[in-house]
Amino acid sequence: MREDNFDMGAIDIAWCPGCGNFSILEALRGSLSELDIDPEKLVMVSGIGQAAKIPHYVKCHVFNGLHGRALPPATAIKAANPALTVIAAGGDGDMYGEGGNHFLHTLRRNPDITNIVHNNMVYGLTKGQASPTSRMGFTTPVQVGGVTEVPMNAVAIAIAQDASFVARAFSGDVERTREIMKKAIAHRGYALIEILQNCVSFNKINTFQWFRQHTYYLEDSYVPTDRADAFRRATETDALPLGVFYVNPDKPCFEDTLPVYRLTREPLFMRTLDLNRLADLVESKRGS
Amino acid sequence: MNDIVFGKKDDVSVVLSGEAGQGIQTVEQILTGLLKLSGYNIFGTKEYMSRVRGGSNSTLIRVSSRRVTSVVDAIDILIPFDRAAFDHVASRVSTDTLIICEADKLFTDAMEPRERVIDIPFAALASEAGGAMYLNTVATGVVAGLFEIDRDVFEHHVREYFAGNKDAVIHNNVTAGCNGFNEIQRLNKSGRIAIDIKRNAAVADEILMNGASAIGIGAIAGGCNFIASYPMSPATAVLVFLAAHSAEYGIVVEQAEDEIAAINMALGAWFAGARAMVSTSGGGFALMEEAIGLAGMIESPIVVHLAQRPGPATGLPTRTEQGDLQLVFYAGHGEFPRIILAPGTLDDAVYCTHQAFNLADKFQVPVFIMTDQYLMDTYYNIPSVNLSDMRIIKYIVKTSEGYRRYELTDSGISPRGIPGFGSGFVCADSDEHDEDGHITEDLDLRVRMVDKRLAKLEAMRQDAIPPVLTGDAAYTVLVLGWGSTCNVIKEALSRIGRDDLAFLHFVQVYPLHPDTIDYLARADKVIMIEGNATAQLAGMLKRELDFNVHETILKYSGLQFSVEELVERIMEKMG
Repeated sequence: MREDNFDMGAIDIAWCPGCGNFSILEALRGSLSELDIDPEKLVMVSGIGQAAKIPHYVKCHVFNGLHGRALPPATAIKAANPALTVIAAGGDGDMYGEGGNHFLHTLRRNPDITNIVHNNMVYGLTKGQASPTSRMGFTTPVQVGGVTEVPMNAVAIAIAQDASFVARAFSGDVERTREIMKKAIAHRGYALIEILQNCVSFNKINTFQWFRQHTYYLEDSYVPTDRADAFRRATETDALPLGVFYVNPDKPCFEDTLPVYRLTREPLFMRTLDLNRLADLVESKRGS
Repeated sequence: MNDIVFGKKDDVSVVLSGEAGQGIQTVEQILTGLLKLSGYNIFGTKEYMSRVRGGSNSTLIRVSSRRVTSVVDAIDILIPFDRAAFDHVASRVSTDTLIICEADKLFTDAMEPRERVIDIPFAALASEAGGAMYLNTVATGVVAGLFEIDRDVFEHHVREYFAGNKDAVIHNNVTAGCNGFNEIQRLNKSGRIAIDIKRNAAVADEILMNGASAIGIGAIAGGCNFIASYPMSPATAVLVFLAAHSAEYGIVVEQAEDEIAAINMALGAWFAGARAMVSTSGGGFALMEEAIGLAGMIESPIVVHLAQRPGPATGLPTRTEQGDLQLVFYAGHGEFPRIILAPGTLDDAVYCTHQAFNLADKFQVPVFIMTDQYLMDTYYNIPSVNLSDMRIIKYIVKTSEGYRRYELTDSGISPRGIPGFGSGFVCADSDEHDEDGHITEDLDLRVRMVDKRLAKLEAMRQDAIPPVLTGDAAYTVLVLGWGSTCNVIKEALSRIGRDDLAFLHFVQVYPLHPDTIDYLARADKVIMIEGNATAQLAGMLKRELDFNVHETILKYSGLQFSVEELVERIMEKMG
């Protein structure tokens, strides 16, 4: 493994000791270093939550916006400057709850960004309420009788929507998480990587051990290009499969569909408009 | 026919009225272009229901020897497509109104205004051309014939307008237009309808556009290269305009899943160095408010075009109002500066929108351009658009190592870097942050950051666009207005014709230009005119300048003030 090019040095990290986020951070910095990504060309975008603080712990450009709203600015940043590597990161509440509509439509839009979703099946920063992925029956100070809603299966939703890259990992396995992350970041097009993680403070049910016992890796012979097959595997919820479920390499990315990049890939900020050309448009309003 | 004498001299208002789906808009578009090309000064505006078919809509076209830029109640010539269309505008019909219609279909009662009716067999003329769907083009021909447009020019214009359609559609429209044209000329052989408007060759060469196009041109002139929006009347036309010109002028256009996504995209685009805007109306803007606060906190430029319509909630989707000034002034929680512009004319719309991008970039604040349905949908001819004074000023800096996005400065403005331009790192955070942009809970620093953000307000005030005075500076009565009422108020004042009465128009409503109070203090009586129910700009003057206007003239029916209405109401208030 290469040295960590994304180390922020001695900084104060706001996560609880033993949080799965530390492993995700380690896997992320490792995968970025191994992929030889230039920190100056990397933008991390996030919303709000404990997971959404991760951009502050990576040496890169940061857009830490509003709760649930990481995906729209991430899409736009990539669209304004395709030379940048853009990663949108956040938790299950952020990406699937508050940002659920953006998630659905980013699947359709297919920008060339990586979407890391830390899924600990609970709200951490607001202290222990149910999240969209909490299992049924999970009790909290708000869901006192247990969660009655069906947990959101974002991996299956993404495959149903023909997302161009869909994977799931477990924070307890840094090495394989790093490998899956590398594939996700290197993938051209929208890449969802949902990372199961424990919450030491607020989820006493889905613990590190629980995830160990309730996950398994897709077999080596699994080929992630058959969508129906991928969808079937994604609907397995007793033991949650890990690995790359689905890849559709043929889907055009959002930026590539934009007329502004037909002739040049020059980022928007470097371009200048010749106002004489605008005069033609104004003149056209004189009629003929 | 023989009894009719119509001798309207130099300023004629034509109203066409019909159901949605009958092609009134097509008539408006063809005629405004055609009449302008023939050397007539033109003003066009429409009022319509929020439906695709049925109901009653109308469009007003003023044709004049003089420049005309505002809406009037008076109808000189009315072309109602059916009885409901006539009833829809009946309150504006006078004994001087000439009614061109299929008389038997509209009027059954002998008492009704048959003596002012020119009977034209619209249905038969449309049917001859190919069917009832061509009725609107027959009407177009009738108006063109009345104004004695050159027949070849008329035919050519209709052909051009429908270019791209199937040959039969083009042919049938030309036939329908000519049927109407010939019929009115045949009926008017005696010359009893004498419209004597002077044509001016210079006008033929002028620019004809509506408010939506003016905003779009201003945006391109301001360097706009990114727009994300969610369709909403009456703001959609700007999105459509920029989409139509996106390839030519290098603009990323995205129809977002909702207004929340739209404005968050626009903020992401500015972060990466683009110049972005959103176009929305009140209800959509309500969804954007959260991100306005984000712009305030991360000191991001953002340009918001807000085309107002009556609220609250869905309100009257296709009507006009000036009801969202306070919404915009207070939008977003927390305290941060902003700029609010309110163009009154097409020239203003181009200038303000251009300027909005420079101001947003310079001060790193939200800049609002407040229009409304009336301004969006209003057409008239203007001599030119002065692009030569317009500059796209970019304030982005190249970063170096150790760059601090929120460096504390005296002016409150920290040089704005972007990712991928220089060797520094750019960190923007919706949390309170330190100079590097990272989360902080240092409460002393919090105070310095609030002060820094608010410090920009003073420089913004110095840069404010001054209010524009129309009339003699020695006024005793001063009428105030903002945004789209500008031209209507001007024409009303010119009709009133009193030396002691002047008009001050606010193109920028916040922050107010430092000269504002002097204008107000000089008047014995200040009358505020606003298209809302609570006099929102008057509230702003009270809050900002501790100034109480003496009288208000308000309207919130969903329609713009007409010139006649303002003449009457201003005279009343003047006493």
